[in-house]
Amino acid sequence: MPQEPSSPTAVIGLRQMRIGQQGRIVRVETGGELGRRIRDMGLVPGTEFTVVGRAPLKDPVALRLRDFTLTLRNNEADHIVVEPF
Amino acid sequence: MNTPCPVIALAGNPNAGKTTFFNAATGSHQHVGNYPGITVEKKEGRVLVGDREFAVVDLPGTYSLTAYSNEELVARDFLARQRPDVVLDVINAGALERNLYLAVQLFELGAPVVLVLNMMDEAAKKGLHIDVRRLATLLGAPTVAVVARTGQGIEAALQAGADLARERAGEPWMPLHISYGPDLDEALADMSRAIEAAGFLTDQYPARWTALKYLEGDEDILARGQAAGALAAELEAKAARVAEHCQATLKTYPEAIIADYRYGFIASLLKQGVIVRDTLRQRLDVTDRLDKVLTHRFLGPLLMVGVLYVVYQITFVVGDAPRRGMEALFAWMGTTAEALIPPGLLRSLIVSGVIDGIGGVLGFVPLIMLIFFQIAFLEDSGYMARVAYMLDRVFRIFGLHGCSVMPFVISGGIGGGCAVPGVMASRTLRSPREKLATMLTAPFMTCGAKLPVFLLLVGVFFPNREAPVLFGITLAGWVAALLVARLLRSTVIAGPATPFVMELPPYRLPTMRGLVIHTWERTWQYIKKAGTVILAISVLLWAAMTFPLLDAASVARFDQARAQEHARLAAAGADTAAIAKAIAAIDAAQGAASLRHSLAGRFGVALEPVSRLAGLEWRMNIALVGGVAAKEVIVSTLGTSYSLGAGADDATFSLHQALASDPAWTLPRGLAVLVFVLLYSPCFATVAAIRQESGTWRWAAFSMIFDTALAFLLAVAVFQLGSHL
Repeated sequence: MPQEPSSPTAVIGLRQMRIGQQGRIVRVETGGELGRRIRDMGLVPGTEFTVVGRAPLKDPVALRLRDFTLTLRNNEADHIVVEPF
Repeated sequence: MNTPCPVIALAGNPNAGKTTFFNAATGSHQHVGNYPGITVEKKEGRVLVGDREFAVVDLPGTYSLTAYSNEELVARDFLARQRPDVVLDVINAGALERNLYLAVQLFELGAPVVLVLNMMDEAAKKGLHIDVRRLATLLGAPTVAVVARTGQGIEAALQAGADLARERAGEPWMPLHISYGPDLDEALADMSRAIEAAGFLTDQYPARWTALKYLEGDEDILARGQAAGALAAELEAKAARVAEHCQATLKTYPEAIIADYRYGFIASLLKQGVIVRDTLRQRLDVTDRLDKVLTHRFLGPLLMVGVLYVVYQITFVVGDAPRRGMEALFAWMGTTAEALIPPGLLRSLIVSGVIDGIGGVLGFVPLIMLIFFQIAFLEDSGYMARVAYMLDRVFRIFGLHGCSVMPFVISGGIGGGCAVPGVMASRTLRSPREKLATMLTAPFMTCGAKLPVFLLLVGVFFPNREAPVLFGITLAGWVAALLVARLLRSTVIAGPATPFVMELPPYRLPTMRGLVIHTWERTWQYIKKAGTVILAISVLLWAAMTFPLLDAASVARFDQARAQEHARLAAAGADTAAIAKAIAAIDAAQGAASLRHSLAGRFGVALEPVSRLAGLEWRMNIALVGGVAAKEVIVSTLGTSYSLGAGADDATFSLHQALASDPAWTLPRGLAVLVFVLLYSPCFATVAAIRQESGTWRWAAFSMIFDTALAFLLAVAVFQLGSHL
């Protein structure tokens, strides 16, 4: 996961977020079908979200954003860089 | 459409209640079909608004109008090419921001749009209050609040649509221009001018929209552009330069910038007092509370197993009575026809070909109705998405999707299912590759029709251990399905996993009307499409197992034998029962001879040199050929070829004795047959279902050939290893 040394606050991969933690999207580092789908669902930079749960096998992860719940796989979440509050 | 009446298109996100709106608006005046060449559903209906009749087209539910999925392509093509007179965008008011993302794209296309804010009651319960009038003013579009479940506001929404259609009739579409920032705006302006000047695709898409799609790298528009003219190369080059610039200066893609600005546009709209939130009442809503239990680490999976088990039980236990009723009805029709029609080929055709064929088709109907009623319930209630969520980690290993579980369970993941509704249940998967892999492997499960064969063989070779062995066979079905799915996903259906990114919709109580309509649609499609194929094949197979007929001399010999036996026993003073028994034995011998003489019989005999590698001799071959028509037929055909008389109720019992006393039926042969029957070609009803769900005969043919080859290889391995150990 590429880090941004110049960034004032610590940024991490979405996978690292704990249940109940809140954060803000910093970057979506993928294009193509996956990137398009992620953005269409509203995961664009600046979006605030809460991690609301994980599936029984820890994957996928469920997020609450823009008044709805979204779920995505951990390997998909790896493309999303976030800034936890 | 027969008459050119004005068209209302329904657009909207999945789970926004678009179908509920459609059902409420059109009632029973609807028609379901498929878009040509693909399996995306096309629903059309009619509605009277005032004195004007409108055709209503329910577009597939989409989150966006990219070329991401077939659903999106279909929706976009319909809007751009058919130019509906008005578009009703059904919006889940509770998730307004995300739902407006599609609305903005509709505005960018220039379509006359009415915003239909659905589920206003649910939004209010979440503490969201929407200023409908303000939203309408800001977006410059008529906006109507509705609750589609109860029908509230439907009339008003349709009326608003009819009014807008009249108002905008004859006018060109008016695309909305939103700003995508200085870099892109400049490029868009340049490109639009060139597009406008060249008339490039302008008959279908607004110039700026096409330019936008070039910047987004939209595969579908790029392909169309290349066919449309020389400007395509220039636009592609320009888009590439812009992309490079964005990468160099902003480290991002134009596509990402476009999405950012679209959401930015929506956010700035909503900030102007459109949404008021009750911050005082911070309540945990019902969905969150239910999810605490239903997707709990331990309770969640347990409850899910329970739910799947109940669905299975309801389908096959409740479905059993109507299924038997249907069977009894067709058996009665068969005997009635036998009584009315003199013996001969016509009678055989009507009884064994047509009546049995129609019976075979309709016999599945109760199962299909029950399974789709329940699947519709699970989907509409929001639980199906949770099943996918909980199981995805497991199924992903095999290149499948969390939703693959339902088709597997129904096909016989719990022994005794049926692959026909199982394959049809793969419809719940929206990921094309995962869906195909699921429907091609679900038939490996132990369906109810394979069970009699297993029971017979297990009874012969593993007496008193039926239960554990049958359980083992069911497990073997799962192992085969999952491993083959993995194999297919790395070879013929290779490709990256379709993004899982999915909404977990709030739990909702489905409407009875929606469930009934959904169930009926599925059932009718099965009867109309799969049913006709199954009937035709049933008649063909009847012919293959009947013709060519035994020559007259052979028939005469059997007749003579019957006459002699009758005379001999009568002279010896035997009672009528003994005589009937002796005659039946000769009938059975004649049946076996006829079957062997038929096309199917000859095929079985001709295959023997090859099939012997797996320990299968011609009698078994014929039975297996018959089993392709329906797996139920295997045991009865085997009975016929062992001269036990067709249709005898105690066929299994006497077959058991015949096999147990036949030294050729060794344990390795028994195991090889078990393996072969578990895995070989799906029955024709299933093949027809695969054709229907995959949209092409290619995959249907693939399943027959591939499964038979795989089954044969494994059966050979089992037989050869077993015989040499």
